Amino acid sequence: MYTLLAVGLENALFWYLIPLIVGVSLVYGGTRHEALPEILKQSFKSLIWMFSFLLIIFVIVSFASWWT
Amino acid sequence: MAVTYIEQEGNEPLEIELREPHVAALLAWLVPGAGHLYQRRYAKGALFMICILSIFIYGLALGGGRCVYASTGQDFRWQYFFQIGAGAVTFPALVQNAVTKDGSDPFFVLCERYPGKDQLPHALKDKEFEIIGPDDAYEGPTYKDGFMAPPPGPLSQDSEGLDVLAMWHRDMKQMFDVGTLFTIVAGLLNMLVVYDAYAGPMIISPSEKKRREKVLAKSNREADDKSEDASNE
Repeated sequence: MYTLLAVGLENALFWYLIPLIVGVSLVYGGTRHEALPEILKQSFKSLIWMFSFLLIIFVIVSFASWWT
Repeated sequence: MAVTYIEQEGNEPLEIELREPHVAALLAWLVPGAGHLYQRRYAKGALFMICILSIFIYGLALGGGRCVYASTGQDFRWQYFFQIGAGAVTFPALVQNAVTKDGSDPFFVLCERYPGKDQLPHALKDKEFEIIGPDDAYEGPTYKDGFMAPPPGPLSQDSEGLDVLAMWHRDMKQMFDVGTLFTIVAGLLNMLVVYDAYAGPMIISPSEKKRREKVLAKSNREADDKSEDASNE
């Protein structure tokens, strides 16, 4: 499992997610609020939510591939 | 000038001047963020412009300038219908599609491909097709990759034909698909921005919040009742 994690972190494809998630969070936050502080607050919430969701999927898939 | 009031948490409803919503929506589609700048919502306009154009341009760069193209022929490019949501930045693809439809060379040629030993068309093999520069002395027919142009030449499902699209995937590996994903996401995000320019932000109103809370409370009560019944049995 640690090997898989290391491979996942070394694989550049994983890092391309970060700018995409940040951009999506900011635009989504911008379409839910009008004032900038509220937009940033909403964006941070969305960022955490999306990152957690992807992390959970990553852990499940990693565990499944380690198990089989 | 249309003034829109949107319910929000607290006493005062949010008051937004949505100047010419139809024009703003059109501008927002053509250039991400431009609709908001037109409505003098400068902070949001700048935010949308920076985020969406950055995602789009970054994706296009990852895809080698080739992952955004329009094609309705053999290679039906359905992804373009989402990418076009990003507006005018995708229009060169329409021009390139129109130019190359009859087999002509595209504008802004990125590279030229030719068969190394044999004549076109030939089997897709690693060593047989090469990218050549303008100094190479080759007189035969070539295929030219263009910026935002569809893959030149026929696409073959078998190993005996030329397939430039397959060569793009081989050359760029997964980056072609990553670039396609980025540009699709940029197009879809801009659809949200167009709606925001037309109708204002999608704030959950207090009445909608109350309705959702009621639905949630009802489903919780039902779940509690069921668990009580189960424990009694």
